[in-house]
Amino acid sequence: MDSRGTLRAIGIAIVALTLAFVLLPALVVGIAAFNARAVLAFPPNAWSWRWFAKALAYDDFRAGFRNGLIVTACASSIALLVGAAFAFALDHYSFAVKRTIEGVLLAPLVIPHFTIGLGFLILAAQLGAARGFAVVVACHVILVLPFVLRSVYISLRNLDQRFELAAASLGAPPRRVLTSVTIPLLAPGLVSGWLFAAILSFNEFTASLFVTSQRTQTLPVAMYNYVREYADPSMAAVSVMYIVATAALLAIANAFFGLGRVLNVEDAR
Amino acid sequence: MQNRPFLTAFVSPAALCAFALIAALAAVFQFSLRAYIPGSLDPGGLTLDNFIALTKPLYARVFLDTLWICATTALCTLAIGYPIAYALVRTTNPFIKSAILIIVVTPLFLGEVVRTYSWIVVLGNNGFVNSVLLKLGLIERPLQMMFTHFGVVTALVHVTLPVMVIMLAAAISHIDPDYERAAESLGAGPIRSFLTITLPLSAPGIIAGVTTAFAWTFSAFATPQLIGGGQVNMVSNLVYQLGFASFNFPFAASLSVAGLVLTFAVLALVRAATRPLEAVTAH
Repeated sequence: MDSRGTLRAIGIAIVALTLAFVLLPALVVGIAAFNARAVLAFPPNAWSWRWFAKALAYDDFRAGFRNGLIVTACASSIALLVGAAFAFALDHYSFAVKRTIEGVLLAPLVIPHFTIGLGFLILAAQLGAARGFAVVVACHVILVLPFVLRSVYISLRNLDQRFELAAASLGAPPRRVLTSVTIPLLAPGLVSGWLFAAILSFNEFTASLFVTSQRTQTLPVAMYNYVREYADPSMAAVSVMYIVATAALLAIANAFFGLGRVLNVEDAR
Repeated sequence: MQNRPFLTAFVSPAALCAFALIAALAAVFQFSLRAYIPGSLDPGGLTLDNFIALTKPLYARVFLDTLWICATTALCTLAIGYPIAYALVRTTNPFIKSAILIIVVTPLFLGEVVRTYSWIVVLGNNGFVNSVLLKLGLIERPLQMMFTHFGVVTALVHVTLPVMVIMLAAAISHIDPDYERAAESLGAGPIRSFLTITLPLSAPGIIAGVTTAFAWTFSAFATPQLIGGGQVNMVSNLVYQLGFASFNFPFAASLSVAGLVLTFAVLALVRAATRPLEAVTAH
């Protein structure tokens, strides 16, 4: 075998090992979730579904799931409206403070979530607002907005503006151009931006830990509290459900939108 | 403004969000300059005491530890992320491409708690790795991986790998494979053509990936909290502990401000240090 073949074999081995590293925790948790006993053991001596039943019946997980759905639905929808509108303005218009607003809205990509969470907590306290859903939703909107903004902005860049010009020159008023040309053409970008925002919001943990209370805690916060207090495999069972649901959602997103294009890792051509 | 029909309607919600974020950060900043009144949630008068207290060895150590963990995590992630990103972009088999993409990206969406818990199950004393090594007779006592830097960094590399691969792949996908072919047709071996063509041309992705991995690691909370278990503390853990265990929100705020300044300083430093590199790849 020549040196090129050897290099190729080494490369494939490295990639396979890395993929194994990425998959390892998920596989191990999958095994642990079906262990019949409460103490970790590999391989398990007996198998059981009972931790799934226990996890599904656990009140904090149920409440966390419900709260998470409320927060995610509100936050990702608000972020989509705000982000898409601003992305449109960024792409179509030039105006003062355009780059400033964009810079501030993209900042949560590098500002630690615990700082943002602490900020919203202090802000709510100073304004005398209760630690209710509104604070949690506001915090999540800010955290997922950069992803929506980017996703919609990329779609707008790839949109041929001549469609809009054609509609306008045929006499369509601006509102009509927006609703019957721009928005339908943007639909894939809008849906994938919303999906991204929803997945990220549902999983957000650090900032949520600061801004949620016992009443509003989301699923990741409930899971964190569980891990700190108990060691039984219920948490493994929840993790398995989480991993399966997320992978399924991503596979669907990949089939419909082409994940590679959304993430900008392959050419749009 | 005839040609900007929706300007106000489309920009004002975003401006409001930007204002909310600035207000939240200003609240942190303002609290960092206030005195702590034990037993009270309301802060006292203006003071610099919080920032002076930050120079105590205990806190300085946490900052150094955090920087060290962030740097090792970012570099390890780069080392194992590059081959994956390269394979993702250059493979011609669509099935392998989708498989790599989904396997690598899924952890990004899982959230910190699920990933951290998974690593506890892998690294714990009766966890997966120790069980396998004991069964194989390679070790006699379980290896201590929980509550160590090694454990925390391993889990953090897993957390930052997806975003690193995405950024590297975006950069590599913009390099025309013809450049590599040209180098090789002129007699360069595959290693030489990689080192002199592909690697330098992907520098923007490397810089973006390393800085993002650094910032994300700095932001990590559940991983150092649960896997570090009090033995490995990062700034995030200290902030939470001060806020929710001692209700010393002014000091928690000053730690956050110092952390923010540090993050931006490191990011600016990386940008400045790598500017000559970017100039090379600009054309």
